[in-house]
Amino acid sequence: MTDPIALQVNGAPATVTVDAETPLLWVLRQTLGLPGTKFGCGIAACGACTVHLDGVPVRACATPVSAASGKAITTIEGISGRVANAVQQQWAALDVPQCGYCQSGQVMAAVALLHEQAAPSDDDIDRALQGNLCRCGSYPRIRAAIHRAAETLATSP
Amino acid sequence: MKRRTFLLAGLGTGGALFLGWSLLPPRQRLLGRTRPDTEGQAVALNGWLTIAPDDTVTVVVPKAEMGQGTHTALAMLLAEELGCDWARVRVQQSPIDAIYGNVSAFVEGLPFSPESNGTLERGIRWMMAKTARELGVMMTGGSSSIRDCWMPMREAGATARASLVAAAAATWGVDPSTCRTDRGVVISRDGRQLRFGELAARAVAHQPDTVTLKAAADFSLIGTSVPRLDSVAKSNGSATFGIDVSLPGMQYAAVVMAPFGATTPPAVSSAQWQQCRAMAGVSAVVSIPGSGYGDPPALAVVATSWWQAHQAAVALAAFARAGTTDPGAIPVSTVTAMQDIHTAIQNDNGMPMRIYGGAKAALTTSARTLDATYAVPYLAHATMEPMNATIRASGSQAELWTGTQVPGYARAAVAHVLGVNEEQVTVHQQLLGGGFGRRLDVDYVAQAAAIAKATADQLPNVPVQLIWSREDDFRHDLYRPATVSRLQAGLDDAGRLTCFVAHSAGQAPFKSYSRRVGFLLTQYGPDRTTTEGTWDQPYDFPALHASHSEIGSAIPVGSWRSVGHSHQAFFVESFIDELAAAATQDPAAFRASLLQSHPRALRVLQRAAEQSGWGTPLADTSDGRPRARGIALHASFGSIVAEVAEVSVGENGRIRVHRVVAAVDCGLPVNPNIITQQIESGIIDGLSSALYGELVVEAGTPRASNFHEYRVLRMNECPTIEVHIVPSLDVPTGVGEPGLPPIAPAVANALFALTGKRLRSLPLRLPTEVTT
Repeated sequence: MTDPIALQVNGAPATVTVDAETPLLWVLRQTLGLPGTKFGCGIAACGACTVHLDGVPVRACATPVSAASGKAITTIEGISGRVANAVQQQWAALDVPQCGYCQSGQVMAAVALLHEQAAPSDDDIDRALQGNLCRCGSYPRIRAAIHRAAETLATSP
Repeated sequence: MKRRTFLLAGLGTGGALFLGWSLLPPRQRLLGRTRPDTEGQAVALNGWLTIAPDDTVTVVVPKAEMGQGTHTALAMLLAEELGCDWARVRVQQSPIDAIYGNVSAFVEGLPFSPESNGTLERGIRWMMAKTARELGVMMTGGSSSIRDCWMPMREAGATARASLVAAAAATWGVDPSTCRTDRGVVISRDGRQLRFGELAARAVAHQPDTVTLKAAADFSLIGTSVPRLDSVAKSNGSATFGIDVSLPGMQYAAVVMAPFGATTPPAVSSAQWQQCRAMAGVSAVVSIPGSGYGDPPALAVVATSWWQAHQAAVALAAFARAGTTDPGAIPVSTVTAMQDIHTAIQNDNGMPMRIYGGAKAALTTSARTLDATYAVPYLAHATMEPMNATIRASGSQAELWTGTQVPGYARAAVAHVLGVNEEQVTVHQQLLGGGFGRRLDVDYVAQAAAIAKATADQLPNVPVQLIWSREDDFRHDLYRPATVSRLQAGLDDAGRLTCFVAHSAGQAPFKSYSRRVGFLLTQYGPDRTTTEGTWDQPYDFPALHASHSEIGSAIPVGSWRSVGHSHQAFFVESFIDELAAAATQDPAAFRASLLQSHPRALRVLQRAAEQSGWGTPLADTSDGRPRARGIALHASFGSIVAEVAEVSVGENGRIRVHRVVAAVDCGLPVNPNIITQQIESGIIDGLSSALYGELVVEAGTPRASNFHEYRVLRMNECPTIEVHIVPSLDVPTGVGEPGLPPIAPAVANALFALTGKRLRSLPLRLPTEVTT
C-alpha cells in the first residue's frame, strides 16, 4: 500500500511514501510542498488542479500518484520556455487574474494548448479550456491573452 | 485637519522606528492603537503606510483582496497624494484596529433611499457613521472599499507627504512651501534633492498642522489603468491563499456536518468511530457541537495529510447515513420554504420599506393594471477556493491563518470558541480565492477553532488546518435566499405609469448574518437586503408601495454578491419591460421617460443603448438563428449600470448570450481597467445564476454536491463583453457588485423580444419546442 513511489517533478526526481491511490494533487501540495496547484473540486470538474504529465494537461485531483510515476510531471512552479513565458507575460499584461485561485490551472491549460496549436481559434480555446472554471469571470481576458500570446510567439523567433 | 501633536518617534524592537500610537484623538482614522508591521529600518508614518530606506512604500490596506482589485486601487489613492514612485509601491495587510473599520458600508446599509434626505434620515446617517467609527468593524463587502477609504487613504498620503517635505525643508533651512515632490523625491527651489527613503526617519518629527488634498484635475495616478499589483504572482502560482498555509508539524482536518435543522452531530457507533480512528494517518476523531457562528454540529477527523483525513471523514459519513433510520424526519427543504413564501405573498401583510403617493389606491383608479409574480431560487456562492482555516492554539494564545472579509469577527470567533482574550488571538489575513459574500461569515473559522480545542489534549500545540471538500462547501453555504415578488402597476390612458406596488417574501439575509456574528444593530427592524433594488432606484414612480414579508427557515442564508439587488433587479427590470410592452413603447424609451429627473441614470441608459446599437437590426447567428436585444438598468452600491444583452435560442430551447454591452457610472473612475474587469466579472457571475443557478434542499441537505450538479458559466458559454465608463467627478462608488444585477433581466427581456415569452423565474428556461 505505501511502498515508495518514484516521481519526476519539474525536472527533478522525488520519492514519496504514500498510499498509491493518493491523488497526485495532495502529494504535490502537501508532501512535496508545491501549493501552486490548487484544490477546487476533487472530481476533475473544475480544472484548478491542472498539471502536465509528459506535456499533456491532466487533473491532478483525479490522478492517482501511482499513475504519474514514470512520467514527467510539470506544475505551475516548473513551467518554463518561450510558450510559458509568453502566456504568463500576457496574463499579467492583460490583468487576467482576479482572485487568482483558478489561474494556475488556466495557465497550464493555455500553455498545453499553445504547444499543440500555435494559432488556436476561438473554438479551439473553447474546447481546450471549457473544463477550467473561473468564478470571477476572467474568461474574456483568458481568451484575449491566449490570442496575444500566440501572436507574440508567431512574430518573435 | 487638526494638529496632531501626539506623534512621537521611538525606537522599537528590532531597530524599527515607530511612532507613539497611544494618544488617540477620538474618531480619527489616521493613527491606530496597533502600529503596522515594519521590516528592517522601515518607518511607519501613520497607520496607512511605511517607508523603507530604499524608498519602498508599503501601503497598509485594511480590505481583503478577493479578486476585486482593491489592494491596487487603494494603494493608488494613497500613492497619488504621497507623490511617490508607483514602481516602489507594495501593499501589506493591516492589523485589526478601529481606524480600519468600515464606515461607508454601515451608513449605506441603512434602509433609506438615496432620495430620502430629510432631517431625520441625515441625523440617523450621522449617528450611524459615528457609531461605525466607534465600533470599528473591519469588513470588506457592500462594494464599499473605495468609498470607505477614499478620504482616509488620501489624507494619510497627503499627511505623510507634508511630513517628508517639512523634514527636507528643515534639513535645508528653507520654507517647506518652496519645495515640491516628484516621484519619491523632495526637491528644493535651487534643485537640491532628498529621497523619501532618506527622509522617512526624520519626517516623523514633522507633523503638519493642515494638509490640502489634490484637486481631481491634478491627479496623475488616479484615473489611469495601472496594472494590478497582484497579476504577476497570480499568473505564476506564487500567490498564496489560506489553503496554501503550511506550518511546521501541521495536521489537517476534514469534517462530517449535520443537515440543516439538526442539533446533534451525525451519529456513528463507537466501533465505527474506532474503525475510522484506526485508519492510516488519522490522529484524532472528535465531535464538535457547533459554535453558534453558523457551523453545524459535526464530526471532525485530524490526520497527517488532508487526503487521509478526508478518507476517514468519507467513511464516517457513510456510517452516519446508513445509521439514519428516517432521513425524511428532517423537514427542512426548499419545497416547504417556497410554500411559506407563497403563503406570505398571499397574506400580503409585509413590512413596509418605502411608501408614498397612495400607490395601492391608485391601482384601482388606473386605466389599466398589470399584475405579475416573479421568483428566484436559493443560490450557492461556490468560491473556487473551498472554505478553510488554520489554527495554532497554545495555552491562552492563538493564531489564525485564513481568508476572511471580516478579520475582527474571525478573531472574536476564535477567542470565543477557545475561551481566550481577543487580544491574545493574532489573525494572519490571506488572499481570498473568491469571496462573493461567503467569507463574510466565520462559520469555518469557528469550526477550525472548535477542532483545535477538541484535539488540544491529544495533539498539544499542533497547528490544525481545516479544509472543506467541495461537497462540504456546496452543502454548508449561507445561501442567497429564494425570493418571490408580486408586482402590480397602473398605466393611464396615455400609457404613463401611475403607481408601482412590490411585495416580496423570503428570508432576511443580513438579519440572519447579524445573529450569527452577534452584530446587534441589524438584528431587528427592516432588513434592507431583502428589498434593496426595489424602492431605491432612480425611476420617478408617481406612487410607490414596497414591502417585504420575512419568512423563517433552517436553510442558512447570507450575503450573496449584490445581496437584495441580485433578485430585486430581476423582478423590477423585467416588470418595467412588461409595462413598456403594455404601453406599446420601446423599452429603452419607456425607461428614459421615468428617468427625467435623474440625468446621471439617463446618461448611463443612453450610453448603453448607443454603444449596443439599440434599435438597429441584428444579424442572424452563424447557424441562421435570429437574435434580439434586451436592456436593463440598475443602481446599486452608489453606482448605476445599464446592460444590453444580445441573445438567440438554439436547439431544444438552449439560450445563448452572444454579446453584452454595459455602461457604468461609478463616480470618478480610479482605475478604469479594474472597473471594466469588475463589470465583466459581475456580468459573468450574473449569467451563471440567470441561466443555471438553483440550489435545491431536501431533508436538510442540498441536492447539489459539486460542480457537475451546480452548473456555472464556462469559457465556451461566455459572451463578448464591452464596458463603457461614463466620465464623472463624483466621489467614487462601488464596482464589485453593480455589474451583476442588470444582466438577468437584460437577458430575460431579450428573450421576450425574441420569443414573445415572458420568463418570470430564474434560472431562465424556455420550453424545448420554442421557436423564434
